[in-house]
Amino acid sequence: MTTVKSRGTVTIDVDTCKGCELCITACPPRVLSMSPDVNHLGYRYPELHPGCTGCAACLMVCPDFCFEVFRFDEPVLTEIVDDAARPEGKP
Amino acid sequence: MTAVAPAGRRLMEGSEAIAEAAIAAGCRFFAGYPMTPFTELLEHLAQKLPDTGGVCINAESELEAVGMAWGALAAGARAATGSTGQGLSLMQESFSEITLAELPLVVFNMARGQQDYFQATRGGGHGDYRHIVLAPLDISEAVELTQLAFHLADTWRNPVLVYGDYLLAHTYEAVSVEPLAFPALPAKDWAVDGSRGGSGDSRLVTPLGLGKQGHEAPGIERHLRTVTAKLADIEREEQRVETAFCDDAETVVVAFGTPAKFVRYVVNQLRADGENVGFVRPITLWPYPYGAVADATARAGTVAVFELCAGQMIDDVRLAVLGRAPIVAIGGISTDGSGFGVGPLLDAEIIRDRVLAVHRGGAGVELPPLPVNERG
Amino acid sequence: MTTEPTGPVLDTSAAPDHARKVADLKPDLLLSQEHHMCPGCGEPLALRVYLEALQELEVTRRSIMVAGIGCYTAFTGTVDVDLVQALHGRAPSVATGIKRMRPDAVVFTLQGDGDMVNEGLQEVLHTAARGEKVTCILLNNGVFGETGGHMTATSVLGQRTKNSLDGRDAEYHGYPILIGDLIARLQGAAYVARGSVHNAGAVARTKRMFRRAFESQLGNEGFSLVEVLTMCPTGWFIPTGDGPDYMHETLGEVHIMGELKVDGAVKTTEELHHENVARQREVEGALERGGLDR
Repeated sequence: MTTVKSRGTVTIDVDTCKGCELCITACPPRVLSMSPDVNHLGYRYPELHPGCTGCAACLMVCPDFCFEVFRFDEPVLTEIVDDAARPEGKP
Repeated sequence: MTAVAPAGRRLMEGSEAIAEAAIAAGCRFFAGYPMTPFTELLEHLAQKLPDTGGVCINAESELEAVGMAWGALAAGARAATGSTGQGLSLMQESFSEITLAELPLVVFNMARGQQDYFQATRGGGHGDYRHIVLAPLDISEAVELTQLAFHLADTWRNPVLVYGDYLLAHTYEAVSVEPLAFPALPAKDWAVDGSRGGSGDSRLVTPLGLGKQGHEAPGIERHLRTVTAKLADIEREEQRVETAFCDDAETVVVAFGTPAKFVRYVVNQLRADGENVGFVRPITLWPYPYGAVADATARAGTVAVFELCAGQMIDDVRLAVLGRAPIVAIGGISTDGSGFGVGPLLDAEIIRDRVLAVHRGGAGVELPPLPVNERG
Repeated sequence: MTTEPTGPVLDTSAAPDHARKVADLKPDLLLSQEHHMCPGCGEPLALRVYLEALQELEVTRRSIMVAGIGCYTAFTGTVDVDLVQALHGRAPSVATGIKRMRPDAVVFTLQGDGDMVNEGLQEVLHTAARGEKVTCILLNNGVFGETGGHMTATSVLGQRTKNSLDGRDAEYHGYPILIGDLIARLQGAAYVARGSVHNAGAVARTKRMFRRAFESQLGNEGFSLVEVLTMCPTGWFIPTGDGPDYMHETLGEVHIMGELKVDGAVKTTEELHHENVARQREVEGALERGGLDR
């Protein structure tokens, strides 16, 4: 088990997303991944995993204004079952 | 006993009179590029506009001049530009789009003759558009028509072109530039000043028929139809024409602009000599006074058209006459050695001979050859 | 790096409890987040930050925008400032006329590279030389995007476009114009900067450039230019996700990020290159530590 600390979180307007994936690579803690499903426009959209820092990089690189970014009053801890390697150096 | 000039009259060249008339009309922005015979109009406005709180920019190109005027108009000012025909050729795309944006541009063509008639009346730019075109006879009329131009431009939110020329620009006359009174017009609420930023109701000045989110936009098709529908209203209401002696004229001569003063003089002279000739002078080249020309030529045996070019206004005369009488071109290309100015055809005696030839010999008569300028 | 996130997918459909919002969905001056720009287009990224800059400077009630013709023309429907549409290349002269009649307004243009550096090169140079107190914004993606990805005066050597399918060739097509360098040398230009939107750090840096440009106008210092390199994956014929890297490696290698002219000091693009490398390292470090000060 790993404890992952999320200092922030986002809301994602999945219906406006055009699936460009810029947010995926822009996210420094790499906590975004593209969904297996598609939205009503036919695009896959980003999904959030634990570990968000609330840095707003995703919002800054999103061409379609899909994100709002929040910082928690207290970081939220999530327990994750270890069945895949975590990137080194990340919480 | 010395003659004393009436109060307010001052000897000035046409360019200066037009500049003063524009300022009297409230023009506060002008941009232009030097080109003969327009240059002096730019010079006079460069000198006079700053004293009124206005701005005159010596633009680095004609294209930029009309662009600057476009911005000044969009900001709500009375603004103008000008050039000679060649320079106006460069501005045509902007003229078309300014018309679609429904901005009240006033344009001065100080032309090198009368060969810019098509450019002025058909429009040298793309698309369905027309400019109101006013062709003054002389400096006094230019002072009135310049002020009228600004008023009509604002009334219709459509550009107005004043068709002048070398003779008008450079002749000196004693002129009094009196501000004319015009009916009041609504405030330009559409003009941009920045004040509606962030309100959800900010302004958009565009030729494209687009609109802001939350507001109904016509779309390009409806917008084009709206702008062109305005033209029908202008055609109905803004024709201006001068006619004389047409009721019993066997020969009617049609002319516009400064050469028309010579033609009018000749017709007056011939009438005094007992010749039944008549005279028609369209003052608005667009909307062309087809009805008035048709009425004036209804009883004529021959219609003669005098213009200093290869024949452009003659097309509109044909549209007015519609075959009721033969039409003869008695003008032609005539310019000075530089190509900018006045040629030897602009001569009362030569014009008189040509009118008489047609009046006596009918439409098929061989006209005297055109005079040749000093270059040979 | 292709590490996949682990852990459950979190609910991102509604605002969370016990948290404060740190970044809004869209700028207040944008009437709607919806637009028809392609997936992965960089232009909205520049749009966001210059609108935010206007808001932060509290000049929204005296801002006037002049739009050129390109994909970004569509923003005339959603940008909530007084706006005048100009022709391709001709926004600088229209901006000049507006500013001369409304000197208290913050007047700026929005133009693409095809618009400003092809059709309108003379206009922007003259406006800058005259020191007109307007701000010209250049969205530079090295192509005519709206017509389908054709070569412009800023396309770089080797760049594939619809009319340079084998790559821009110096012998046949000539060399790109670095418009910022031309303008920086003109006495009337007060602030000239080149930004980019290839990552969040660049976007933040570009926003600061917009602020300085508008402040320069507010201080009546003269003409200002902010060039922004933007991604155009459609016009570049690449997948959207590859846009930032592609841009950084092609346009970004020639049109270097940085301030070319500020407070009277002029730098060349060459000098910017060295500064930029150092700066990039600093920004990446800050992001890894957990966020930028916005």
